[in-house]
Amino acid sequence: MEFHQRMTALSTATDAGLVARCRDGDDDAWEELVRRFSRYVLAIAQQAYRLSPADAEDVFQEVFARTYERLGDLRNDEAVRPWIAQLTRRLCIDRIRAGSRESADPEALEAGVDDSLDRLDEALSVQEAMLAMPDNCRDILDRFFRRDESYAVIGTALGLPSGTIASRISRCLGKLRDHLEGREHARPTS
Amino acid sequence: MPVPRHEFEMYDEERIGELLRVMPQAPEAWVLTAARLPATRRAIEQIAALAEADATFRSQTLEDLEGALARAGVEVSPALVEHLRDRL
Repeated sequence: MEFHQRMTALSTATDAGLVARCRDGDDDAWEELVRRFSRYVLAIAQQAYRLSPADAEDVFQEVFARTYERLGDLRNDEAVRPWIAQLTRRLCIDRIRAGSRESADPEALEAGVDDSLDRLDEALSVQEAMLAMPDNCRDILDRFFRRDESYAVIGTALGLPSGTIASRISRCLGKLRDHLEGREHARPTS
Repeated sequence: MPVPRHEFEMYDEERIGELLRVMPQAPEAWVLTAARLPATRRAIEQIAALAEADATFRSQTLEDLEGALARAGVEVSPALVEHLRDRL
């Protein structure tokens, strides 16, 4: 299988399929797993626990190091997302306790975290749905919402009149919404 | 009975846009470091195997852990130096 086809197959693989490939020693699958969960792990560290960038980086690397070491212990491959979330939570709490907020009340540390995680879980589902979008939609939505590019910048980058960008974004959002509504059909390959 | 908020708003386009913005991209350098873990761990295991077989190599490696990692093509970090020290 050619490289592009292979990477596309990995990017559309289910979480469980990806975990199985990682366990078989597939380095490309591991990279895809890191990319798939990188935003999620970072968001938990920075948004739910408000870690500094330096602490967030340490937690980020530790999460993936432990995930790599313990992937074989995962009882249910489909549960990799909550498993990574739980691991990230634990490491964030350890980091806070080890730092200046050592005496922080555990309940205070967790205050509001569940709400943040619910929101991040929802955001991760939208991110996963993005993978099923055509390349042009994924690109334009990514540029507008995640990279905060203006219509003019997007138009120049994609060679499109800037006046058409808003309608294209709207059409792509509609496709994404339709896909989310039929979420069970996402990720057909494993 | 009122409709729960998420049932009519879950897939609202504005909300989807908001959710797309929620998770910022992790710095590419962080992602690459994590993505290279399998290769990094293999390099460390090779160093450890050589050190097990050769006492001189082991002591030289222990004297310069960072150099050993760099020679193996690994991007050195304090965590990896510690990991190699533990393996030796």
